[in-house]
Amino acid sequence: MKKFLPLIVFALLCIVPFFGLSTYVMHILILVLIWSVIGMGWNILGGYTGQVSFGHAAFFGMGAYAAGLLYQHLGISAWWGLPVCVLILTALSLIVGYICLRLRGAYFALATLALGEICRVAAENLVDFTKGNMGIMLRERTWVDKTWYFYIILLIAAGTYILIKMVMESKLGYYFVAIREDQDAAESLGINTTFYKTISLCISGVLTGIAGAYYMNYMGYIDPSTVFPLSEVSIATVVVVMVGGAATYWGPIVGAVIMVFLAEEIRSIPFIGAAHQTIFGIILILIIMFLPNGIVGDFRKLIKPLSRAKRECHHEFN
Amino acid sequence: MLEIKNIDVFYGDVQVIWDISFEVKQSEIVALIGANGAGKSTTLKTISGILRPKKGEILFNGIAIHKVEPYKLIETGIVHVPEGRRLFVEMTVEENLDMGSLKGEAKTDRGKTRALVYEIFPRLLERKKQLAGTLSGGEQQMLAIGRGLMGKPKLQMFDEPSLGLSPILVKDIFNVIKRIKEEGTTVLIVEQNVKQTLAIADRAYVLENGRIVIQGTGESLLNNEHVKTAYLGV
Repeated sequence: MKKFLPLIVFALLCIVPFFGLSTYVMHILILVLIWSVIGMGWNILGGYTGQVSFGHAAFFGMGAYAAGLLYQHLGISAWWGLPVCVLILTALSLIVGYICLRLRGAYFALATLALGEICRVAAENLVDFTKGNMGIMLRERTWVDKTWYFYIILLIAAGTYILIKMVMESKLGYYFVAIREDQDAAESLGINTTFYKTISLCISGVLTGIAGAYYMNYMGYIDPSTVFPLSEVSIATVVVVMVGGAATYWGPIVGAVIMVFLAEEIRSIPFIGAAHQTIFGIILILIIMFLPNGIVGDFRKLIKPLSRAKRECHHEFN
Repeated sequence: MLEIKNIDVFYGDVQVIWDISFEVKQSEIVALIGANGAGKSTTLKTISGILRPKKGEILFNGIAIHKVEPYKLIETGIVHVPEGRRLFVEMTVEENLDMGSLKGEAKTDRGKTRALVYEIFPRLLERKKQLAGTLSGGEQQMLAIGRGLMGKPKLQMFDEPSLGLSPILVKDIFNVIKRIKEEGTTVLIVEQNVKQTLAIADRAYVLENGRIVIQGTGESLLNNEHVKTAYLGV
């Protein structure tokens, strides 16, 4: 059963568009899938390799801008952004990795934080190239209906899931985990830690960038503060993975579902105005306090009280 | 086999090793002993490339290893069993052992070496599917030593292998180190447990404040007046 779970989920999602759901629900589902891809991308670096990044907005935004700028300057379809961003983000990851991945722990996290902000400020100020805060708009969306957008991001998410599973079950996966567990020990056993951390960053960055390029195509409009922000993308990515469960296959997906739905639900509570962010924050604090390994990571802990309650019920009947 | 020639080592601006020279010959057990902060672990870290000497050189079978990247050191035949074991706690015992044999000859002979490690430490065989983090302190030390052996080292360096172990386990660990030497591996060991270390060491060096103050065979140091008063408490 557990083995077929990914297939079942994928099959269910495949038939979702036939249910005739409203555009709003389809939009929410697409957002969930985008966040799953970003989360899974972050997870390979932050979860499995243990290099926490607070700057994944840089990769997300770079992917989005790759697509947007191709359209803006060369007049070709922004869908070309998906393949092209693979090249751009590999290059960016190599450069960033070469410089920043000699740093460890908090220092690496701070360097990535700076990276995200550098990208945002650069995109705001290179007005001739990026159109600055005016942003880039696609004058014509590919489809009005959301069905095809949904299938494309579903394929991207499924591909991401398979890729991560393959990587983590290969030699690379062992190296990543070894680096997370103890970098000095890994190095002393002959693992070139900077090199493998860079590989991890490349995979992570490219996946996040693809999500960004897709976002450009789907939303049809980007500006620096929607694709490069610290809190709405970089921090939100970390939160998605932490809530779902870092270093688990399903964590980022569960995290994305919860975060997107929770944000939408809380926002629609009447008469609370901006207090929805406070409620959101309190829920996050509770999750982090009581489920430090995330919902997937601490799943056993979560269902234990339930099964105990069931057992007690059973006793009463006897 | 291993020659350390006049090395100076700094942590930032602070010099902790002052002009140390010593050598380890083929199939010997050599010990570095001394109090806390004498520079023993620093010396090992310098040999394994985590720290770099500001002056002097380190030769291993003629190769200048102070210029070798730390992750390539294992290919020259040096394995460092670090202080505090440094296991991969979320991997199983067997996975930890396999991580010790990632390249070259160690990888091709993985099965054979693993059988040898399990023969030396039957406890590890019993627990091969268990996560390393759930082992007892002594078992973790065995696993750390076993993981080192998996790399088929010519020289195995131990940093405080007896740290935090009960007296009986300490004795076991020292017996294992003797056995490793008999299997043909040269051993460089850093210890605070001076008495037992000197008993198994062929030669030893005493470090004080980053300098070598006394050297000699294990036995002669056991009878040395200074060693007796300063380290053995007699």
